[in-house]
Amino acid sequence: MSTSTQHSGTPHNEGPATEPVLRIDHLKVTFATDGGDVHAVDDVSLSVAPGEVLAIVGESGSGKTVTAKTILGLLPETAVSSGAVLISGSDVISVSPAKLRQIRGQEVAMVFQEPSTALNPVFTVGWQIAEGLRSHGNVSRKEARARAIEALGKVGIPEPEKRVDYYPHQFSGGQKQRVVIAAALALNPGLIVADEPTTALDVTVQAEILDLLRDLRDVFGTSIVLITHNMGVVADLADRVVVMYQGDVVEEADVATLFAEPKQEYTRKLLAAVPHLGRNSASAGLTERAHQGGEVLVEARNLVIEYPGRLGSPGFRAVNDVSFTISAGEVFGLVGESGSGKTTIGRAIAGLNKVTGGSLKVLGHEMLNVRERSFRPVRRDIGFVFQDPASSFNPQLTIGECVAEPILITGDRKGPDVSRRVAELLEAVQLPAAYADRYPHELSGGQRQRASLARALALNPRLLIADEPTSALDVSVQAKVLELFREIQAEFGFAALFISHDLAVVDILSHWVGVLYKGRLVEEGIGNQVMGGPKDPYTQRLIASLPVPDPAEQARRRTARRELLRS
Amino acid sequence: MATTKEPLLFRLPVLSHLRRSVGLQRGMLIAGLVLTGIFLLTALLAPVLAPFGFAQRFDSQQPPSAAHLWGTTVGGYDVLSRVIWGAQTAVLVIVIAVVLSLFAGVALGLVSGYLGGWLDRVLVVVADAVYAFPTLLLAIVMSITISGGQSSLWGGILSAAISITVVFIPQYFRVIRAETIRLKAEPFVEAAKVMGASTPRIIFRHVYRNATRTLPLIFTLNSSEAVLTMAALGFLGFGIEPTSAAEWGFDLNKALSDTTAGIWWTGVFPGIAIVLAVLGLTLVGESMNDLSDSRLRGRRRAGATTGTTTGTTAGTTTGTVAGTTTDTTTASSAASSPRGATESAAPGPLEGTAGA
Amino acid sequence: MTTLIEAPPEEADGLLPQKKSSSGGGLGKYLLIRFLLIFPTILILVTMVFFLMRITGDPITAALGDRLPPDQLQQRIHEAGYDRPVIVQYFEYLGQIATGNFGRTISDNLPVGGMLATYGTATLELAINSLIIALLVGIPLGMVAAARRDKAPDAVLRVFAILCYATPVFFAGLLLKLVFAVGLGWLPVAGRAKSANEVALTSLQAPTGIYWLDALRSGNMTALGDVAAHAVLPAVALGLLTAGVFLRLVRTNLIGTLGRDYVEAGRSRGVSELRLVTRHAYKPALIPIITVMGLQIAVLLGGAVLTESTFEWKGLGFQLAHYVTARDFIAVQGIVVLLAVIVALTNFIVDILAALIDPRVRY
Repeated sequence: MSTSTQHSGTPHNEGPATEPVLRIDHLKVTFATDGGDVHAVDDVSLSVAPGEVLAIVGESGSGKTVTAKTILGLLPETAVSSGAVLISGSDVISVSPAKLRQIRGQEVAMVFQEPSTALNPVFTVGWQIAEGLRSHGNVSRKEARARAIEALGKVGIPEPEKRVDYYPHQFSGGQKQRVVIAAALALNPGLIVADEPTTALDVTVQAEILDLLRDLRDVFGTSIVLITHNMGVVADLADRVVVMYQGDVVEEADVATLFAEPKQEYTRKLLAAVPHLGRNSASAGLTERAHQGGEVLVEARNLVIEYPGRLGSPGFRAVNDVSFTISAGEVFGLVGESGSGKTTIGRAIAGLNKVTGGSLKVLGHEMLNVRERSFRPVRRDIGFVFQDPASSFNPQLTIGECVAEPILITGDRKGPDVSRRVAELLEAVQLPAAYADRYPHELSGGQRQRASLARALALNPRLLIADEPTSALDVSVQAKVLELFREIQAEFGFAALFISHDLAVVDILSHWVGVLYKGRLVEEGIGNQVMGGPKDPYTQRLIASLPVPDPAEQARRRTARRELLRS
Repeated sequence: MATTKEPLLFRLPVLSHLRRSVGLQRGMLIAGLVLTGIFLLTALLAPVLAPFGFAQRFDSQQPPSAAHLWGTTVGGYDVLSRVIWGAQTAVLVIVIAVVLSLFAGVALGLVSGYLGGWLDRVLVVVADAVYAFPTLLLAIVMSITISGGQSSLWGGILSAAISITVVFIPQYFRVIRAETIRLKAEPFVEAAKVMGASTPRIIFRHVYRNATRTLPLIFTLNSSEAVLTMAALGFLGFGIEPTSAAEWGFDLNKALSDTTAGIWWTGVFPGIAIVLAVLGLTLVGESMNDLSDSRLRGRRRAGATTGTTTGTTAGTTTGTVAGTTTDTTTASSAASSPRGATESAAPGPLEGTAGA
Repeated sequence: MTTLIEAPPEEADGLLPQKKSSSGGGLGKYLLIRFLLIFPTILILVTMVFFLMRITGDPITAALGDRLPPDQLQQRIHEAGYDRPVIVQYFEYLGQIATGNFGRTISDNLPVGGMLATYGTATLELAINSLIIALLVGIPLGMVAAARRDKAPDAVLRVFAILCYATPVFFAGLLLKLVFAVGLGWLPVAGRAKSANEVALTSLQAPTGIYWLDALRSGNMTALGDVAAHAVLPAVALGLLTAGVFLRLVRTNLIGTLGRDYVEAGRSRGVSELRLVTRHAYKPALIPIITVMGLQIAVLLGGAVLTESTFEWKGLGFQLAHYVTARDFIAVQGIVVLLAVIVALTNFIVDILAALIDPRVRY
């Protein structure tokens, strides 16, 4: 094979032009679906040099994951692919199944998005790593075990000799991802395809996994194809970036160039949509807490919420001794990682979770031992936007019926008056009035989340609770929904509790921010002050772990984070 | 995604399934529909199709001939006529049994699943106990209770139907309850709760319509089981007197002693009738089950372009939720469309009902 | 499904304890609770059967009503205590069952408990034979169907499976008899053994009642051959019914696990397709398979009743049909209650097995 790179890929900047580990030429993948054939990938060409980290970025439907699966020949039977995917001289697309099996694991390995599903729950991790070894030649049980222990040690699992006999559920999420990486490393493949390797993980864990992947490249010279939608992750790890949109490569550049001077319109828009910590803060210019003159709508005092344990085992304390207030007109941002209790607090305010101890006053109502009957009249003043736009609408009702539901329940309006109000609401969230007749599945995720907002606003609530309203959306859609949210909040003036795991997103909307960690409110303050100068060690770590979409700035932040962790 | 609405016709259960099916699955579904169609038509047109009445007697144990195409039984009945009339009895029993159990099971499942509490616990323990028990034995006990083992036309049909009903109620109850509990945690039901909707409104407007989407499927599979249970009851002597109505199981019972003499026609024909009726219903039910389950669903391959090869792997790319404990795994069916653009809301699958 | 976001700890369906229990207490507690659940299950069934059988009247009138004059009937009812309030009889019955006393049959005045012991072994033998056939046929074929999904072998096997459970076991038995016993004359028409052998086997010292076991123990090879020949047709008829269910069960669950990420992960490491099916996917699939197989015991016992009647296999099912015809409801009640206990116990054992396979429960 010729070493010259006459195709679109530019060689790795620092290294000499060597033979690429992976070369994809004019790849095309078509799927059969109920709605006819879908061209998931249209003419993609790229190459990866030894020791290079190539990021393939794109939103959902861009074809990035399909491209990744093609590299290992993992497409489902419904797919038809053409073109060439060359790994050390063999074309994965046309190679025999036996040869393909040999390539998998030995030449190229994969790291999956969801570590908890990528590990078989009924086998030990050692067995799973050894399976890969045994499929590639005669390896004795003892040797396979020794090499599994070695691989676990490489990825930083403590006490690998002991942990090799553990089952997946005995590891934490981040450790599971390390195990998945260890399994991929077992045969020292030259290339690792990492499909959204940190998307399922918390920010602080994400930073650790990114460090690990960087070490693999630096220490073992492993090339990495990094599939991601997260521009911060790209800025942190990638050497070169391929931007995909609807099955096509729209732009390819080294990471510094791409972020500094994006050439294509799509790339520019995409980068502009990414929330960047410290920019576009809702609390910019504030020096003291806003909206304090108004009525206090929510007041938590030493709030405790527990989930009952099963059959005599002790309960799980999700929220522990938390106190805060939300005043009329204020947007309170609640951030925290998984298990921090942020969603539980939001649900308790809406009366979906029981309060165990302390006090929680919502619009003057005490929620400790609240009775549904007495709380029901208060509900009309509370709107709720759920996280997953796909499941927050009754699939049997039209969008119009869904939005009208709160109005019909109160019985305030009747007949044409209701449909007029629905049209008004849809207009407010910038949806065409004709969408009232559509069913939820006929709308895109972003459109559904707008409709969800319309429904929440139907009765002009004084308090809106938004639980991760944009986490299921693509970046560009998220930016639009956030903008809409900001405008509508300014226009209607309701108070809001905005819950998110994403610090940058919270900062865009919130005047006041609270940081939750393991059920405790560790810090609260004006948004930009918390983000700019966190006081609590956890908040400091959290903010330092968040990758920003700017390679140069991210490199500085990375050093700063290391120092923070060392101290 | 701007999509046009599907015509109402294709949103009906069986037709929508037929439209989505491909290849082998379509073949199975069509074969099932044809068999079921023949079964229902035979039942409906029995008075026209049958050459004789079901209680008309002739010379006993005549081999098939021009006068009696499928021969006569030891009691002197015309086998062909009794097989045809038997379809009518079977359909009657199925309809009564399934409708009765549908109402009782769905109502109990909805209320028990949504309200929870002690009522739910008691009902679950009872339903589980009954569910695990041999259905046939329970049907025998019920049959003894209802008719004391006696049998007249409507008495026999009703007692068979009610016996089968009691057996099925726990099955409907379990499925609907599981669905209700799943739906209760769905954001759209919580959304209704947050809006202040009353409990009956939530149950009927939001839960009921979504929980019952798997019913056509259970309905079909249970119909086939109803045929088998009825035939088994008849075989054990709980059938209907031959003078009251024709019943396949009863005829098979009488045919059993004929076999040693090499008389095959008295047993083979009613037996085949049972097999075909059950086969048709089961094929329809199973095909619907597979088509509703994204994991089991077969997919057409993309139109092949020149000089291409395909992926070598089996299995779809979907990652579905694990349900490790019960047999009715209601996996959330994530559409495995490669672009991830459409989120279809396919009904949850139902596993392990057939033959249970 | 996004997992970025915290969710409240959910109530898992079923009773399996969730992974939180890192100490060994999880399994012990589960075993205990699952064991205690046997009792309400049996109680519910016994209660249901008892009251259902009594709604129509006392068992003596049912059995002998048309044969005895009214005054004699009354006397017998009084002697047996059936004229007392039903609720008193119910608690008395519960007490009797707890001590293993199932009463006496009305039609032939035998102790029900003894009858259960005599005929129970025959049913057990039939159940074991057919379970072996069902497992040997159902599991491998289910694996083949799942591995060759939507291809010709799958199509053939699926139709075979559906045919297996679409055919009533008594019709399958009738066909088998017509072909192999009457037509070809290869195998006996009915019964468990020739009468000579039957006598030889039952007169052994401490017989197990399972004929092939007794024949093996006594070294009676002619009897063993005879017993085996008699066992084939009933075991095949009942075994195929269950094999169809097992085939479908294995196929469905295996296809489900074959679609999981961890199978794809194994594939991405170069594990062969055969090994993915037989190891990586099979073991996780086994947990739901075993649970549902436990429920199939009920189907198997129901089928045994019909099979025994078809082949005059003198077991509990045969007796049940006999006593039903004789309208001897005390005997019927005894058999039904015993079968209920067996079902409850097997389901318990099966659930324990399933839990033991799952490391999330073990650790």
